[in-house]
Amino acid sequence: MKLHLRVWRQSSAEDRGRFEDYELDDVSPDSSFLEMLDLLNEQLLEQRKMPVAFDHDCREGICGMCGLMIDGTAHGPVPGHTVCQLHMRHFKDGDRIVIEPWRVAAFPVVQDLVVDRGSFDRILQRGGFISFATGTAPEANSILIPKDRVDTAMDAATCIGCGACAAACPNGSATLFTAAKIGHLGHLPQGQPERYQRVMGMVGQMDAEGFGGCTNVGACTSVCPKEIGQDFISQMNRDYRRAVLGRTGD
Amino acid sequence: MSEHGHLWQNGPELDGQIPPGAIENKWDDLRFSMKLVAPANRRHYHVIVVGSGLAGASVATALGEQGYRVSCFCFQDSPRRAHSVAAQGGINAAKNYRNDGDSIRRLFYDTVKGGDYRSRESNTYRLAQISTEIIDQCVAQGVPFAREYGGYLDNRSFGGVQVSRTFYARGQTGQQLLLGAYQSLTRQIAAGQVEMHVRSEMLDLIVVDGIARGIVVRNLLTGEIRAVLGDAVVLATGGYSNVFFLSTNAKGCNVTAIWRAYRKGAVFANPCYTQIHPTCIPPSGSHQSKLTLMSESLRNDGRIWVPRHPGDTRSPNAVPEPDRYYFLEEKYPSFGNLVPRDVASRNAKQVVDEGMGVGPQQNGVYLDFSEAMERLGRGTIEQRYGNLFDMYHSITGEDPYAVPMRIYPAVHYTMGGLWVDYQLQSNVPGLFVLGEANFSDHGANRLGASALMQGLADGYFIAPYTIGNYLAGIDQTAVTADAPEVTGAIADVRNRLSALLGIQGRRTALSLHRELGQIMWEQCGMARTAESLSTAQAQLQGLRESFWNELYVPGDAGSLNQNLEFAGRVADLIELGELLVLDALHREESCGGHFREESQTADGEAKRNDEEFSYVAGWAWQGEGAAPMLRREPLAFEAVRLSERSYS
Repeated sequence: MKLHLRVWRQSSAEDRGRFEDYELDDVSPDSSFLEMLDLLNEQLLEQRKMPVAFDHDCREGICGMCGLMIDGTAHGPVPGHTVCQLHMRHFKDGDRIVIEPWRVAAFPVVQDLVVDRGSFDRILQRGGFISFATGTAPEANSILIPKDRVDTAMDAATCIGCGACAAACPNGSATLFTAAKIGHLGHLPQGQPERYQRVMGMVGQMDAEGFGGCTNVGACTSVCPKEIGQDFISQMNRDYRRAVLGRTGD
Repeated sequence: MSEHGHLWQNGPELDGQIPPGAIENKWDDLRFSMKLVAPANRRHYHVIVVGSGLAGASVATALGEQGYRVSCFCFQDSPRRAHSVAAQGGINAAKNYRNDGDSIRRLFYDTVKGGDYRSRESNTYRLAQISTEIIDQCVAQGVPFAREYGGYLDNRSFGGVQVSRTFYARGQTGQQLLLGAYQSLTRQIAAGQVEMHVRSEMLDLIVVDGIARGIVVRNLLTGEIRAVLGDAVVLATGGYSNVFFLSTNAKGCNVTAIWRAYRKGAVFANPCYTQIHPTCIPPSGSHQSKLTLMSESLRNDGRIWVPRHPGDTRSPNAVPEPDRYYFLEEKYPSFGNLVPRDVASRNAKQVVDEGMGVGPQQNGVYLDFSEAMERLGRGTIEQRYGNLFDMYHSITGEDPYAVPMRIYPAVHYTMGGLWVDYQLQSNVPGLFVLGEANFSDHGANRLGASALMQGLADGYFIAPYTIGNYLAGIDQTAVTADAPEVTGAIADVRNRLSALLGIQGRRTALSLHRELGQIMWEQCGMARTAESLSTAQAQLQGLRESFWNELYVPGDAGSLNQNLEFAGRVADLIELGELLVLDALHREESCGGHFREESQTADGEAKRNDEEFSYVAGWAWQGEGAAPMLRREPLAFEAVRLSERSYS
């Protein structure tokens, strides 16, 4: 395949950045999108130019390190996939492809397609865990959890923290990410003691980081590589209301 | 061995410091005899942890909870991304919830046998003992393990064993365990006990008076190089499968941290013990940058076969039953498709080499779920493996519900690593090595669902005690930033980066890495011979020269430069490759994942030579250009009888 690529280049956070156009030949339809970028970078090195910086690691859709806007869609055209699991067979010979970093106020661009997602880690530092010390755990089967509850918790826990939800959101909101962790722990008996403290802390930090508010657009779910649903947002909002109003008794 | 004498020199034996007494009591007795640091004094000690995967995150957490000051480093943008995240299948524990005859002793036995009697018995026993606590710990963290309708934990069986002892969370067990550890780590970060440094790469170890006292770190965003000093250094930096270029490891996985420690005196043990995982998606072309593993749990319900007659190009569904060769079921009737990984891999290679390979490149074997779907219904298969089937579909463009998957072995895990004693301390005092980065528990081959177990055992329940014991016994003066060992290490790192940037040749680090992988896979892959290994030695020497003469790295060292990071890692992988090949050449026996064609039984199975090779091979760096020193740790088997591994 032959491709016309328009790629965002930005040498540092201070640089204003710009698009640059590249022609790329001999792309195998069986290669992944990141393997296509590898090919581009080899070509740039051949021309003794700086390769395009992009984040990636596991290349099997689970580490959450990669993430690009492809023609304006987070992780590209195939729903339920990260960009490393997107294969070039979903594009046509001669296609023009626009590649950009996540555009979110709370994810400043570091270089080219690399952004700083430290804000996600800081949201989780405000309660995205269960407080207990190693060694105090009771026998595992002393905590019984109905299968459907643990399955729902697992649906939320599959979040890979890639940031696509915030990148797709017109408000740049991290609500789905935050709601996923709240939904994971909130569906488990182990997560109950800190349930309301958690929602207050994490939602507060989300706002402090400069993420926008949620207006129920739903773009987040549509690009989420793990297809995490909107119902977790509803649950988070319900918990948050109860916490604010002090109506936390069940 | 003598004809290779010029390739290494023999050195003094290594002592694993195994506690005396019955195997059941060793760990308990040792814990009681350990020195303790009083809670109020712990904040006076600073522990450096490199790596944030299961082993790194868990040890940083446990030490932070105890009150030590911890600094943790990872090269990714968040500790949650470490490659433990990608483990799919599960984690073993001797809970015996299935009432099917499991016990600590059986898990221990299975692990030693699976490792082809090349692991240290006492470590493996301790791992089995601790396994049950890990499940308790993870459940308390909120890890959503699969459950039965009654609310109790579910189990599945896994390769190489005859009991169901594997706990799992869909096909994402590694992710969920890592998120559990990451959440606990996050809590310690929030509490100020752990200082987390992301996008930071360790480029050297600082050793003062023979004791590990710190690391040199490069900030990958700013290029800043600095020394971080402490009272103990923990390396939990994973394995070196990427020496083969194509492996199931993440692209960032590298050997640099432990290789730099090796060059500073830490002994590297059994580098040739590399594991080939039988169930990966075959490569589709020259663009391939990594291979994707399909969890081995698929072998529970999938049946492996190839067309019985070479050159049969019919579509799989058109091949009638008599023309299908279920080679594992036929050769190993009691274990069938669940033989250990090395046995499954070698048999797949054999049928492909004999011309029975399937797929467009004839480089795979079928893994067929049609019988299981008839027996259990598609719904059950979807529930068990849905995400794996989706992943396969997305990568290959083929629907595995309709046609059998194609699989082929790929490098997946490295059992070798830095040598550690029973307390997980290397031969350099103050340097502890955990998880895949050490060599200790899996011998020559690792059983499925045991890597997660080991990472968490080391991190939560072993190192937090043994590091405390070490710290309680030291009486060391503070190292200052102007000590020659510190400034020297920083200067070495700077010089090396300048050297990489200064070559200005015509070859990219990626092309050199690919060439390294080709040499390693062709000459030192699933099967090895003295001849292929000698060839590899010559080729690797040539490659090393090419690297240092022809490399091109653009840009500078003062900002984010992904190519520079990568080139440094490839340089270390090439050097490691040379040691790996030497180790493979010296071990003139087959065992586990190390298959020397000269040493096989009449029916083509790995043939050990216990008389001569029942030892850990520890390699010690002797300087640039000098042959390394071989230090042996003899292996004694008291609780398990040495026997020929048989799965028939």
